[in-house]
Amino acid sequence: MSLDEYTRREFKQVGTRVRRPDGVDKVTGRALYGADATAPGMLVGRILRSPHPHARIVAIDTSAAGALKGVKAVITGADLPVQEDNFIRDVQDNCMARDKALYDGHAVAAVAAVDAATAKAALKLIKVTYEILPHVTDVDIAVKPGAPVVLAGRTLENVPAGMSENVTSHCEFGHGDPEAGFARADHIVERSFRTAATHQGYIEPHAALASVTSDGKAELWCCTQGQFFVRTLCAAIMEMEASQLRVTASEIGGGFGGKTTVFIEPVALALSRKAGRPVKIVMTRDEVFRATGPTVHTSMDIRIGMTKDGTITAADAHLRYSGGAFPCGTVDMGAQAAFAAYDLEHVRTYGWNVLTNRPKEAAYRAPGAPQAIYAVESVIDELCQHFGLDPIEVRLKNAARKGTKSSYGPTFSDIGLVATLEAAKQHPHYCAPLAPGQGRGISCGFWFNFGGNTCVSLNVNTDGTVGITEGNPDIGGSRASISLMAAEELGIPYDRVRTIVADTSALGYNDVTDGSRVTFAVGLATIKAARDAVKKMCARAAKIWGIDEEAVEWKDGAAVPAGPNAGKFPPMALAEIAAVSFETGGPIAGHHEVNVDGAGVSFGVHIVDVEVDRETGATKVLRYTVFQDAGKAVHPSYVEGQMQGGAVQGIGWALNEEYIYGADGRLQNPGFLDYRVPVASDLPAIDTVILEIPNPGHPYGVRGVGETGIVPPLAALSNAVSRSAGIRLAELPMSPPRVLAALDG
Amino acid sequence: MKSIPVSTTINGDPCEFLCAPDETLLDALRGRLGLTGAKEGCGTGDCGACSVTLNGRLVCSCLVLGAEAEGAEIATIEGMADGDELHPLQRHFIDHAALQCGICTPGILVAAKALLEKDPNPTDEDVRYWLAGNLCRCTGYDKIIRAVQAAAAEMRGA
Repeated sequence: MSLDEYTRREFKQVGTRVRRPDGVDKVTGRALYGADATAPGMLVGRILRSPHPHARIVAIDTSAAGALKGVKAVITGADLPVQEDNFIRDVQDNCMARDKALYDGHAVAAVAAVDAATAKAALKLIKVTYEILPHVTDVDIAVKPGAPVVLAGRTLENVPAGMSENVTSHCEFGHGDPEAGFARADHIVERSFRTAATHQGYIEPHAALASVTSDGKAELWCCTQGQFFVRTLCAAIMEMEASQLRVTASEIGGGFGGKTTVFIEPVALALSRKAGRPVKIVMTRDEVFRATGPTVHTSMDIRIGMTKDGTITAADAHLRYSGGAFPCGTVDMGAQAAFAAYDLEHVRTYGWNVLTNRPKEAAYRAPGAPQAIYAVESVIDELCQHFGLDPIEVRLKNAARKGTKSSYGPTFSDIGLVATLEAAKQHPHYCAPLAPGQGRGISCGFWFNFGGNTCVSLNVNTDGTVGITEGNPDIGGSRASISLMAAEELGIPYDRVRTIVADTSALGYNDVTDGSRVTFAVGLATIKAARDAVKKMCARAAKIWGIDEEAVEWKDGAAVPAGPNAGKFPPMALAEIAAVSFETGGPIAGHHEVNVDGAGVSFGVHIVDVEVDRETGATKVLRYTVFQDAGKAVHPSYVEGQMQGGAVQGIGWALNEEYIYGADGRLQNPGFLDYRVPVASDLPAIDTVILEIPNPGHPYGVRGVGETGIVPPLAALSNAVSRSAGIRLAELPMSPPRVLAALDG
Repeated sequence: MKSIPVSTTINGDPCEFLCAPDETLLDALRGRLGLTGAKEGCGTGDCGACSVTLNGRLVCSCLVLGAEAEGAEIATIEGMADGDELHPLQRHFIDHAALQCGICTPGILVAAKALLEKDPNPTDEDVRYWLAGNLCRCTGYDKIIRAVQAAAAEMRGA
């Protein structure tokens, strides 16, 4: 971990609430999202999907569809190459089934036609012969020996014998001797929990426009969190060289992790190659629910021991996560995150990934963490209630701090959990009176944060303005934050900097916009690219003044002689150096390329007040406050926005959202009417308190803030419901029918 | 199916287009007229991203047929600003960071404008219930409500 990056400084622009550069486009309808792109001669692509949760594809007859007037191409899994690599094969098979349809909604064929009506008619002419197989959509059934096997031969060696072949991987983390720790406890609570799969729920359905030409080159426009990763996956599936495929990310209408992989992009490319014309595919909402990534659904057993003074003596967790029909590693992150907030002598977590006949999981904001931490924080609350202890005091007593050996291995450096808990304890919300029937819950949350591969180019224009080229789609205002950091470092006003998101031909590889990495990692690379440009500008000034480069330094946006011995020259501002750059050596640009480490973990604490309606089972959220460590909030409004947005997604998860499968293995609620995300009238104001405990791994102390906010609401709501209605639900969501059943029970 | 000729007014300008009998107003706006500010988030009237006004009434354009625009006055997000001058709602949405990804923003702005024309002085609860048909997945609605109220206050001259 890089621990030497941060230096304390007074900021002039970072920390101000500037207007985002894409604001006017987005409030006037001019911003172009995935479905807004067009190309001359464009065809409409549509996908045929399996109505069966598990079926062998015996035959597909596309002859009638292909013969329909206006149809220009039809493809099936047989049109895509056989992949050797397991990871690429899974991605490809998820985009287009090969031998078996593995879930309701799995793509089995696709057409490109002159218009949507023709494409739709063509889909009806495709004849698929299925051999229906037994299916399993529940994780607790799928783990049992004898359960229908979703994919054979995918179990890793570390899975203990005797489990179903659906169990593909196992992980274990922790230290100490939990049994010895439990023996010292005054009380042990052991509980089992389940959480439903939830969808990221971005309002923009997936959209892609592909244009493959006969010379082997291709253009792809799509809404994605990572155009470079899209290129990697599509180039592999299309057997193309990376340089021949240019991927441009449109403005993106939400992602939350769900747009970090491909679904329709390779299909659009394959159709375009076959048709010889551009092809656009836009998913319907039904397709988004049935065939793109929800998060995992889970089943978990948690055991925590505590002494009567509130000290946790030991903890363990058994986590069974299912990410649908293909192997995934999300349970590993849950097993690592489960007890991250605590300084424990004896702790162990075990995780199993389980296959089910559901769509392949995609990342969803802090993937794997909300579920495990929900279960852990629920048990902590039950112990607090058992001993009559204050829930924040108990968390403070056991909180991870600088120097704590975390439950997943690393030793923490500067972290903000204690400061965040203290802020929550002192906040007026925590001691505000509650009316009868109301309850207050709290929960901690954690996310690792991520750095990753990043490169940035910073071009100094001759008029004294600056252009930044970066490679990460901007989901929540990151272009503003990146421009702010460049302006700060260069000492020029924010409005002289313009940041654009480049296509894959314009920049080296950038990891996906995920892991709360962009403001941290792209920000770090931008600051260093600015320093690179500053060094070059100092050299230009030195050349003009006829002194050594080392005798020039950068101050307040200008080159100045470093000390009295360097000579007496008036400061030369960035604009002056840029104006004469053609005479002093040519254009000036700064670059930085890095695989960033030192992202700095993130903690948050949420407080929520609720009231449960005993007649309807509905839970009303009355007051909500989010406390989170941002390291340094570059643009506080967008930091607050992440905290609020994460909290509300978590509220939806806790109270309403769930994938509901029938006994027939079909998804019963693939639409926003029946999959109910929170609406404005469900919610109170979401208050925010930003803590700033600098991350030693970033020049300005920045930590990622995007993900932690979704973690605490699940347990905070559950704990509040428990204290409001006297019922402890062990399954999410706490939808009105479940609450009513618990009240009756 | 034979196309239907439609004569309408969009954002104050006369406009004619042909559409299929089963074509939605949203598809006609986006596909035939290049007005892609209205978005399709669901196609079933659940998300509000396609909100426009039809003769002053707030509608989901995915639930209206293109043919129903005959003789009507349609207002879309593209007509909200007065040339270079942003509508106060648009300005306050930027100033209050009331958008993150921005995909729901056109629909929410159209809906909020319709609310303030009906009720220039709504309570927070009024705003929340009026906008309950417009889903936003990024913001948690907090900054949207504040932005609408700030714009309302400015428009009242408060």
